[in-house]
Amino acid sequence: MATERYSFSLTTFSPSGKLVQIEYALAAVAAGAPAVGIKAKDGVVLATEKKHKSILVEEHSIIKVEVVTDHIGMVYSGMGPDYRLLVRQARRVAQQYYRTYLEPIPTTQLVQRLAAIMQEYTQSGGVRPFGVSLLICGWDTDRPYLFQCDPSGAYFPWKATAMGKNFINGKTFLEKRYNEDLELDDAVHTAILTLKESFEGQMSSDNIEIGICNAKGFRRLTPAEVQDYLANIA
Amino acid sequence: MSILNYNGGCVVAMKGKNCVAIACDLRFGVQAQTISTDFKRVFELGPHLYIGLPGLATDTQTVLQRLQFRIKMYEMREGRRLKPHTLMAMMQNLLYERRFGPYFVEPVIAGLDPNTKEPYICALDLIGCACEPADFVVSGTCSESLYGMCETTWQEDMEPEDLFECISQSLVNAFDRDALSGWGAVVHIIEQDKVTTRTLKCRQD
Repeated sequence: MATERYSFSLTTFSPSGKLVQIEYALAAVAAGAPAVGIKAKDGVVLATEKKHKSILVEEHSIIKVEVVTDHIGMVYSGMGPDYRLLVRQARRVAQQYYRTYLEPIPTTQLVQRLAAIMQEYTQSGGVRPFGVSLLICGWDTDRPYLFQCDPSGAYFPWKATAMGKNFINGKTFLEKRYNEDLELDDAVHTAILTLKESFEGQMSSDNIEIGICNAKGFRRLTPAEVQDYLANIA
Repeated sequence: MSILNYNGGCVVAMKGKNCVAIACDLRFGVQAQTISTDFKRVFELGPHLYIGLPGLATDTQTVLQRLQFRIKMYEMREGRRLKPHTLMAMMQNLLYERRFGPYFVEPVIAGLDPNTKEPYICALDLIGCACEPADFVVSGTCSESLYGMCETTWQEDMEPEDLFECISQSLVNAFDRDALSGWGAVVHIIEQDKVTTRTLKCRQD
């Protein structure tokens, strides 16, 4: 019924031509926990900080790096609840695609559809933009993909990028450290170092999360595997 | 009288060595009366992708238009050509959407995979059940005769010239025994580098 929903959008242009709500959403993203994505020759790595506000929090019950399909994964910076909704949508979109074409969804197609959903929320009645930027990684047609999706619905393919708190330093660090010949192991190493730039305190397998995507598909690293990588850094 | 036998017509497709063949008859009739003798029911959807749509003629046309719409949208969105297997999946979806008021066509797909060049054939029923056998698929008013003819003449790994003979003989001898099919045939032989289309003249009755 019309009375239950606003019929006009809450995201409107300012005189300077900006959509202020989207700027504010990006500010929410920039205040969120850091996330890093790096594309290697043979795969992609996603990494994020998982700091808890209290020592009473059950650490391994919250998962930030999520599986979308066998070959696609994602992580975020910004508001957790908004992210969970987008993970659901991404999984649904991927399964619908398979249902129609009996083929796993190409990463580019998933990103386009998810970005279209995010854009809808900047132009529909009575809703606000999502307060997250997503990093989506995938492997299909024998090559790796890494995309960022913004609250505005814009999406960017990246070789390597950082989001969230301190993202400018993160990106500068990556610009120096990135090269096209990185193997997946080196990329994981570099991702951890990038997170370390803005990390306060001691890094451990309990307060970072890493996911990798290669020809075998997407998976989260176990705490033991994360520990191995961290041991190599020290 | 079944709706699938109202207009008449038949299609057959066969796998060969690095090639596929698909053929149809040319009769369009309204029950016993023949209206036209140049009604093709096999259509090109891509450089090496063909579909045959025997059954009710109006549905042949509508399903073709709806399918072409979906295929063009797919190719624009994805930036790549449709694979035969994906076309099968799309047809299944298109037909099952009308599960309780179906299109009266029983499609046949023949093609080569755009990347691997693997030969592919499949047949679907009117509500989207697909089967992908290794040898041949048939559909239409004389499908039983076609099954008989194909079963006896088909062999594995036929070269394009032999495949042409085999599919032509199977089709012509099958529809010669069917009042609702015939009046000429069109045969497409799809190879990696070319597609050869031939029109067959046969008994015009």
